[in-house]
Amino acid sequence: MNYRLNHLRELESESIFILREVAAQFDNPVLLFSGGKDSILVSYLAKKAFYPARMPFPLLHIDTGHNFTETIDYRDRWVKDIGARLLIGSVQEAIDRGLVTEEKGYNASRNFLQTAVLLEALEKGKFDAAIGGARRDEEKARAKERFFSHRDEFGQWDPKNQRPELWNLFNGRKHFGEHFRVFPISNWTELDVWQYLAQEHVPLPGLYFAHRRKVFFRDGILMADSEFIPKRPEEKVAEMTVRCRTIGDVTCTGVWESIAATIEDIIEEVAASRKTERGGRTDDKRSETAMEDRKKDGYF
Amino acid sequence: MKNLSSELLRFTTAGSVDDGKSTLIGRLLYDSKSIFEDQYEAVKSASERRGEEGVNLALLTDGLRAEREQGITIDVAYRYFATPKRKFIIADTPGHTQYTRNMVTGASTANVALVLVDARQGVVEQTRRHAIIASLLQIPHLVVCINKMDLVDYSQEKYEEIRAEFEQFASKLDVHDITFIPISALNGDNVVDRSQNTGWYEGATLLYYLEHVHIGSDHNFIYARFPVQYVIRPYNDEFHDYRGYAGRVAGGVLKKGDKVMLLPSGFSSTIEKIDTADGEIEEAFPPLAVTILLKDDLDLSRGDMIVRENNHPTVSQDIELMICWFHERPMQLHGKYEIRHTTQSVRCIVQDIQYKMDVNTLHRNQEDKMLKMNDIARISIRTTKPLFVDAYRKNRTTGSVILIDEGTNETVAAGMVI
Repeated sequence: MNYRLNHLRELESESIFILREVAAQFDNPVLLFSGGKDSILVSYLAKKAFYPARMPFPLLHIDTGHNFTETIDYRDRWVKDIGARLLIGSVQEAIDRGLVTEEKGYNASRNFLQTAVLLEALEKGKFDAAIGGARRDEEKARAKERFFSHRDEFGQWDPKNQRPELWNLFNGRKHFGEHFRVFPISNWTELDVWQYLAQEHVPLPGLYFAHRRKVFFRDGILMADSEFIPKRPEEKVAEMTVRCRTIGDVTCTGVWESIAATIEDIIEEVAASRKTERGGRTDDKRSETAMEDRKKDGYF
Repeated sequence: MKNLSSELLRFTTAGSVDDGKSTLIGRLLYDSKSIFEDQYEAVKSASERRGEEGVNLALLTDGLRAEREQGITIDVAYRYFATPKRKFIIADTPGHTQYTRNMVTGASTANVALVLVDARQGVVEQTRRHAIIASLLQIPHLVVCINKMDLVDYSQEKYEEIRAEFEQFASKLDVHDITFIPISALNGDNVVDRSQNTGWYEGATLLYYLEHVHIGSDHNFIYARFPVQYVIRPYNDEFHDYRGYAGRVAGGVLKKGDKVMLLPSGFSSTIEKIDTADGEIEEAFPPLAVTILLKDDLDLSRGDMIVRENNHPTVSQDIELMICWFHERPMQLHGKYEIRHTTQSVRCIVQDIQYKMDVNTLHRNQEDKMLKMNDIARISIRTTKPLFVDAYRKNRTTGSVILIDEGTNETVAAGMVI
């Protein structure tokens, strides 16, 4: 007998360990669900971690209202499939009652408004741990993130004062009113995620696969045409065969030309790709440390 | 499908501020084609903005605003790359004196430690400190990269001199597998591709070494240890009487039908089933996460441990530790802390500080009882309840602990059972 695990099994086992650790160390966790492949993976692993019992925490979707319609259809089906409970925090509703103010202009996005809505939802639900699908390979500020990431009572991250994390010993102790963000798939890369989802035959949103869609170029990035994005006069809409590499809200998710129609095609494409998946995220491009700055404020 | 059967190798890098550690990592990522065009473009334009000559590969790893401003690495950063043979996780830790705690953190899960030596400087204080920490944390394999060979004309004599100096010092350490590689991170010599400039060197390139070093024996497959992490009780009709003990195998191999002993009760039972969401399996080994069902109806909970009858850990309230202190507030002799070990969490009191160890010279100081940030010391503690421990040398999972300050909730120390 050869007692070796391949890298996907080892990553799976690490993530399951973290998810169980969350259930053991916290009173009221919640799993942040965006409808993208990473949160699909985390919720799938959560289902596995507590089998045959149901996962002991609900899913929370912060809904900007500016979604690809496919995302919501998929979300509702997936939640039923894995037998989870779904909570929704609505950005539209927060705008209506004045918690946040809508950005104006061509590049307006509700991405930044999500932080306030998320923090409010965590506070209202008295959640003490929010499980997320962030990965360290995504972005340079995330490369320094812990599995168990402490947030103060304002939901802020202090990157220079993080708790050291050693072996498999996780410190989830906190004062009243503070919470943790937990990232069970920290050590997965984009390619690992795809390989694993393929191996496990997990159903995925159609947006990830090549399809015909009306698109236009903005600042070198291909964007999906949507009623939520006002176009500049010079921006011309054309139909192309594209797919999403990440799924966020319509206003900040770039699409790219691709003919990858199956998950095997996607793996080939990702393995050969010379651009990072967040290369299509306009929200990261606002400055060199855009992600760190947003994370400090309490972003995902 | 691409490399589905590849293994995972975790390594840690340590180096002084200027010996080119970030450049080496940048080089590994760049030459193994793990850097994407947009990342490279971003680094290139950042280098230009800062008025630097060429592309500063170090900017790939220095992510935080403060690090970019000061040009240093503050925290442990994790990097990923893969070749058709293996997937790699790099824990990139800063090298300056005040950040011993980060080095210890990065080293805690590593299979391989990569120590950089500047060929012009030879073995310096920091080199010794890194090697000592690698030995304390029992990293199974140590690679000494003698860097900046281009600046000493790729001199074999220089290489041999440094190698001999390091070997002499390392004979006092608990490390068994040391490899030396002459490299130039800046020019890429012997990093991914074999160098034309070091004809006298017959060993592997760094990447070849990382792809082939034997890590199959890095886990302990002899002493069966299963700390109960979480109890799974579905409470539904289909699984009415299901009571599963979920956890990650911390040592040894557990098989269906094995006679086991439970700690702390000392009761015996038999493994009825090893369950996973993908179905039952016959045996479980580290680091698999599984759910164990026992034949007898016993009341186990988080923190308990399933072991073999004829081979169990030390059950004790008095424990000897080597610790690294992490916090600005010094350790309090006779102070009380929370201690975490596997899935257990109890309180402890520091009974004695035997000696402080100088991480540069291995010198033991028995007079100084003041444990400050980044200090390493041997201490004795007494816990409120027994822990089930193994020596860290035998098992890194059941031999490691962290201490938590109950007032601030901060992790204040990492400890290894002696």
